[in-house]
Amino acid sequence: MSDMKPMSDNTPSSPERRRFVGAATATAAGLAIAPGVMLIEVAHGRPEDQPASSAVRWGMLVDATKCATGCNDCVTACSTENGWTPVAESKHPKQAPQWIRKLELQDPLTQMETNLPMLCQHCAEPPCVDVCPTGASFKRADGIVLVNRHTCIGCRYCMMACPYKARSLVHESLNDTQKPDVPRGIGCVEACTFCVQKVDRGDGNTACAEACTAAGHNALLFGDMNDPESEISRRLRELPTKQVRADLNLNLGVRYHGI
Amino acid sequence: MASITFREVEGSSPKYWALFGFLGLFVLFGALAWNYMHHHGHVVTGMDNQIVWGLPHVFAVFLIVAASGALNVASIASVFNKPMYKPLAPLSAILSLALMLGGLLVLVLDLGRSDRLIVAMTNFNFKSMFTWNVFLYSGFFALVGVYLWTMLDRSVKSYSKAAGTAAFIWRLVLTTGTGSLFGFLVARELYGTGLLAPMFIIMSFAYGLAIYLMVLAAAYAWTGRPLGDAVMMRLKTLLAVFVAAVLYFVVVHHMTNLYFTKFHAVEAFILRDGGIFTTLFWVGQILVGGVIPLVILLTGLGRSRTWIMIACALIVLGGLAQMYVTIIGAQAYPLDMFPGLIEKSSFFDGEVHGYSPSMPEIFLGLGGIAIALLVTTFAIKVLRLLPASLDDATVAKLEH
Amino acid sequence: MASKIKSLLARGSAVLTAAVLGLGLAVGPAQAGDAPKPVITKAVKGEQCVEDTEYMRKNHMKLLNVHRDKTVIEGVRTPKHSLKECINCHASEQTGSVAAAKEDFCVSCHSYAAVKIDCFDCHSTKPQGSAAMHSLNAETAHYKHKLASQANAKVSAEEMAGIAK
Repeated sequence: MSDMKPMSDNTPSSPERRRFVGAATATAAGLAIAPGVMLIEVAHGRPEDQPASSAVRWGMLVDATKCATGCNDCVTACSTENGWTPVAESKHPKQAPQWIRKLELQDPLTQMETNLPMLCQHCAEPPCVDVCPTGASFKRADGIVLVNRHTCIGCRYCMMACPYKARSLVHESLNDTQKPDVPRGIGCVEACTFCVQKVDRGDGNTACAEACTAAGHNALLFGDMNDPESEISRRLRELPTKQVRADLNLNLGVRYHGI
Repeated sequence: MASITFREVEGSSPKYWALFGFLGLFVLFGALAWNYMHHHGHVVTGMDNQIVWGLPHVFAVFLIVAASGALNVASIASVFNKPMYKPLAPLSAILSLALMLGGLLVLVLDLGRSDRLIVAMTNFNFKSMFTWNVFLYSGFFALVGVYLWTMLDRSVKSYSKAAGTAAFIWRLVLTTGTGSLFGFLVARELYGTGLLAPMFIIMSFAYGLAIYLMVLAAAYAWTGRPLGDAVMMRLKTLLAVFVAAVLYFVVVHHMTNLYFTKFHAVEAFILRDGGIFTTLFWVGQILVGGVIPLVILLTGLGRSRTWIMIACALIVLGGLAQMYVTIIGAQAYPLDMFPGLIEKSSFFDGEVHGYSPSMPEIFLGLGGIAIALLVTTFAIKVLRLLPASLDDATVAKLEH
Repeated sequence: MASKIKSLLARGSAVLTAAVLGLGLAVGPAQAGDAPKPVITKAVKGEQCVEDTEYMRKNHMKLLNVHRDKTVIEGVRTPKHSLKECINCHASEQTGSVAAAKEDFCVSCHSYAAVKIDCFDCHSTKPQGSAAMHSLNAETAHYKHKLASQANAKVSAEEMAGIAK
């Protein structure tokens, strides 16, 4: 299934290629990239020397009614973009990291079945950030919850604290199989980053959402929840959505419709 | 008040060195286990992304909790002014330091990046209970160290009560912090309650005193020094009170949960359907760690030194079972993200997570216990921690 | 008792001193003499580093540390002073990496200076760039499906070096 999927960075307008050209013309790298970014997403392209801004809050709308049974495209796309081994190919499935997974739900009474992807919910009040002893778990200004692997000591307290089981420990050496844009390594905890490398590049989208759209399901929509004009904000205004474990009042960056 | 003579143990007999070597061997095994885990990563352990804290944490938290409890006897002497316990205080202090060292070593050597310990000492997030614990542990070493000094050095003896009181308050806060490591977690049903803090404190009293009594009896038996029954009988009654209090807290915790429908499933898991966890709870924690020791300590059996030792050993085993159920049992039960719905995924959602500890984990944990005992064994050889005699006549004189 | 502690301390410090001296003797000649000098290959791309060469030799770690925090925490990903850009220029023509072989740029110096780098526990040692370079990076398990879909784009290390030239 994964073989058939179009890879975003093979297309001529690939942001990665654009980035390479930009970097090659080193003197004007910043100038060369900024206009390219603007072409894609006017609202969210920020100059690359500007830090992420709290004016933006990245979020995702998951329409579980459109999420197809048996489809795993979002998971495959995430693993390809971020370089983690798909669990089916792992020698140690129980210890393999999974940044995003398909969850199948069934109501035992009504037999109603629901499909949805589960990933880091990018809480506004993340328990993982609260418990991290070194501050390695942190929330970026634009709402993306990340692990700073330079200060992560691998204590796994965040994994104990996360109500969504969104985090994984890298249990073994990765032997230089990492992607240059996505450093990750043994002994550190990791999770979905909302494709922060793509966001910073100005793509304004995540690999999973791109894959879902490419497959024609359109169950995932990524965007700025702070911008009332963004598509995600418009859809969130219209569709009834829920937060998983809303009782915890964590103000999630991922909202689900149809659960 | 009669004075008491403290004397180092000779520590030159083959038996002493055999004990030293035996413990040293386990320390070595622990070190090798760490080296192996550190080299290959946690892939060689039984831990995974479901059971993220495994056997090392069971040993580490047990030792840390017991460390704080081992200070009991010293606290009774200085804080509550019971002269009878004064001669017992130095051993109590050194044992608590040693147990703390063992526990912390296991804890930090199990880190995914144990080579980066310095990061944990230089980067702090003060909303994290873990960060508070880093300070509580360091402060514990400092305060108990000073307290021990005031007991050993006549020139600073007058500060002993102040130092003892500070250490006593500190260790109550410390165990509150240890219990709150779990109490401050929102995600899992069995955590997230303030009850864990006082429960851990009372557990520390029981586990610490049990270990103390075993070390005390062993030290006196193996060095041929007299240890009277007066000391033993008082302490074993105290131990019975602590064990009963632990049972009380466990009952309150589970009864409260059983009243809330949302906790029924997880309680059913621990109390009825959890396989190894249910067995460890009922047989290990309740029967071996609670009921049987209570029966021994409160009946005629408790007049025998051997039976008291058996009760102490059972309390320690029950304590380890309790930590196993508390730490691993709570993780084994799947997170309930969608209450009322059946969950299924490639990430083992909705299913009970199995865990089988690997050899390195077992040896890392045993290494922590071994280093605690090794430090104690060495300390009583080089420092005057043990009274030359604790026979009933000597002890009786202290009371007046 | 105090005297006993003193004698213990004395014994301990004597042992430590002996150990340090022993170590010093063992290491000393190697430092002074004939350890293989690091191989410092000129960067494949470009004429001049982002800062003066002498400055970089002494201070690259400071620049990298400052930049890494800006990147991770703030999301500033300017290429100047970024590890990624170091790798883009300094990856060896033979291995395509800065740390795969003993003579690769980072490893060569760091093993001479006996300074452990743990950058590459997490960071890729290979440059990112053209599609050709990509598939060189991609000889890993999780890339299999991607490779299959673009099998014709696969190039050898030699080809890649050619492209780089």
